Amino acid sequence: MSTARRKPHRLFRPLTLVATIAAVVAAAGCGSSSDSGGGGGSASNEKVTLTVGLFGTFGYKEAGLYDEYMKLHPNITIKESSVEQEQEYYQALQTHLAAGSGLDDIQGIEVGRIAEVVQTESDKFVNLNDMGAGGLKSTFFPWKWQAATTSGGATIGLGTDTGPLAICYRTDLFKKAGLPTDPEQVGQQWSTWQGYLDVGKQYMQNAPAKTAFMDSASGMYNAIIGQSPTQYYDQSGNPIYETNPAVKDAWNLAMQAISANETAALKQFDPAWNEGFANGAFATIACPAWMIGYIKGQAGDSGSGKWDVARIPGDGGNWGGSYLAIPAASPHQQQAYDLIKWLTAPAQQVEMWTKAQHFPSSSTASAEPAVEDATDPYFSNAPLGQVFKTSADNLPVVTLGPKDGLIKDTFSNGILLVEQQGQSPQTAWDKTMADIKSAIE
Amino acid sequence: MQTSIPNPNEPSTPAEAMSRRAWRPRLSARFETRFSPYAFVAPFFLLFFAFGLFPLVYTAWVSLHSVTLQNTEDMTWVGLDNYSRLLHDPLFWNALGNTFTIGVLSTVPQLLMALGLAHVLNYRLRGRTFFRVAMLMPYATSLAAATIVFAELYGRDYGLINWGLGIFGVHHISWETGNWTSQIAISTIVTWRWTGYNALIYLAAMQAVPEDLYEAAAIDGASRWQQFLKVTIPSLRPTILFTVVVSTIGATQLFGEPLLFGGVSGHRGGSDHQYQTLGVLLYDQGWFNFQLGRAAATAWTMFLIIVVAVAVNAFLAARGWNWWHPRERRAARA
Repeated sequence: MSTARRKPHRLFRPLTLVATIAAVVAAAGCGSSSDSGGGGGSASNEKVTLTVGLFGTFGYKEAGLYDEYMKLHPNITIKESSVEQEQEYYQALQTHLAAGSGLDDIQGIEVGRIAEVVQTESDKFVNLNDMGAGGLKSTFFPWKWQAATTSGGATIGLGTDTGPLAICYRTDLFKKAGLPTDPEQVGQQWSTWQGYLDVGKQYMQNAPAKTAFMDSASGMYNAIIGQSPTQYYDQSGNPIYETNPAVKDAWNLAMQAISANETAALKQFDPAWNEGFANGAFATIACPAWMIGYIKGQAGDSGSGKWDVARIPGDGGNWGGSYLAIPAASPHQQQAYDLIKWLTAPAQQVEMWTKAQHFPSSSTASAEPAVEDATDPYFSNAPLGQVFKTSADNLPVVTLGPKDGLIKDTFSNGILLVEQQGQSPQTAWDKTMADIKSAIE
Repeated sequence: MQTSIPNPNEPSTPAEAMSRRAWRPRLSARFETRFSPYAFVAPFFLLFFAFGLFPLVYTAWVSLHSVTLQNTEDMTWVGLDNYSRLLHDPLFWNALGNTFTIGVLSTVPQLLMALGLAHVLNYRLRGRTFFRVAMLMPYATSLAAATIVFAELYGRDYGLINWGLGIFGVHHISWETGNWTSQIAISTIVTWRWTGYNALIYLAAMQAVPEDLYEAAAIDGASRWQQFLKVTIPSLRPTILFTVVVSTIGATQLFGEPLLFGGVSGHRGGSDHQYQTLGVLLYDQGWFNFQLGRAAATAWTMFLIIVVAVAVNAFLAARGWNWWHPRERRAARA
């Protein structure tokens, strides 16, 4: 055995050092997770913490509605947690519902999922009609109310907002490309989707460097689908995504946009897409009402005054919008109901529209003059109220189905196969069909 | 320790054997000797049964049923349908291929680089402790944070890597959408994270290599490189086998990196499933399509694949080594 060592054993010291660092990092990483305290009961002066689980930007907190409510009801504390991606949010919600734990007192549900929840999970939510919601029915758009009601007559969610459609566009880029910028004139040019694509061709001829006419073909596709009363299911609940001519038409228009190189080939809701707003990578985007707030958030102050809003080609249509529901597992059902009733009441819906551009799902609210009069300096003082009100008035009564959300995502993904990967439209269509079938059958 | 435990095979003294009073302590001593080791290892096995074996068996049970995430109580027996469906699913074969290619792309460079790094760090270097700690930092970094940063670096329009390549006239590689580019990108994340960890293991093994082997080799006139090939590597053989097995298991289970790298389409492993690994496929089936039965079947198939892969590794390590070093084999025969 040799005793003379060329290399001393000093491995141990770095290891302990690293272990210490790792422990510190781990300890710092564990954020404080707060729990909603308080037991059951419904005494009106009892201190109650209500938890609200949402996705994307509902905007209640930002618009100060929680603070307002807590001032009116000093015994209530509201805690909101929000997940950016709806897909991830819904998946976690499903897991929590299956386990019967981890649920918030109030949960948001997107319109693409409402049919699935109504048809398969209504027993896991409070029937709001039992709490006296029946009297509110007449204040909502009938289709919005109906979509959250089971065949047995149980209503499990109150509508928050809807997504009437418009096109948001960058006046500065339009000017550079030599196009008219006045929303009236612009809107007339694209009275149809074909017209929209033609404007796109003109734009691309003189397009400023590193910009495209639209953000993504899937954005345009989803807007077109949002105008059709039948989408992925027929009225008897059978999936018709493969045969519905409205779906095929929307797909073909998206393919035209791609082959004319009019899109920035971005994936919606991806970080690169978000950066695209700030960097001015595209001149137009299909704009459901909730997109207004999204643009402001992503494009930031530097985008102020550069955007404008024009009517959507083909008029009308809805993309998105949500509900608030109360899981049956909630220990504070009465307090939770009082809160969602207040949040979705016409007065608050008008406030959410004027402050945060979430268009009302309440027919009473949308008839208020304040809704139609709304303008926004960020969007060059465009008559936002008028544009979206017109679209909302032309809203089709859409037939929803249980897997709408999943099918919509898969179609958006299928368009990317052509847009980002250069596959042929036929290949992409076939793959999309295969993907949907594999997922829902 | 060993001496304090009485040996039951030891012949007891006649006095003890005759005394009835001694009977009791003797029995309890024998009892203790026989069963106390089980008591000592019991905590591990209880935890293993609860969190290892039970989930494994229960997953097998679930995989024979049609069951959705929303309604886990409602299970319909379907026999091996989930497995036959999986084997006929092109997505499964695609995911298997991706898992293999990403596995090779990440494991091979990772282990080779680790070996080289360990060798260098084994020399007397200025600031050696710093390098050793720095090497392990990626391992201590959160996987999510690292992957999200890498996804930004590999961004198509505003990514740092494309900007760097742009200087050399290469423009706009769309890393995420390409088959090979996305797999290479993901492999770099894996390699970045695990190279230091493996290097540290190699380094520890290298320090245990007896010095006189090197001295003898040096006296025989072997160069540094020859010493590395003929002394270091053969001495590291069990360690290399260990890292290969662990890396193979890790590569087969690869999940977090592709999922987070893909952003919105991460759960399908890219819009064309171009980097969907088996782990991501399982997640997509179970937690996006809510088909728990199918996800369970995929999980069990993955488990079997890992068992086979590890067996192949072990076989190659045992047999392939001799094949690789024919001189040793000849020496062993003689």
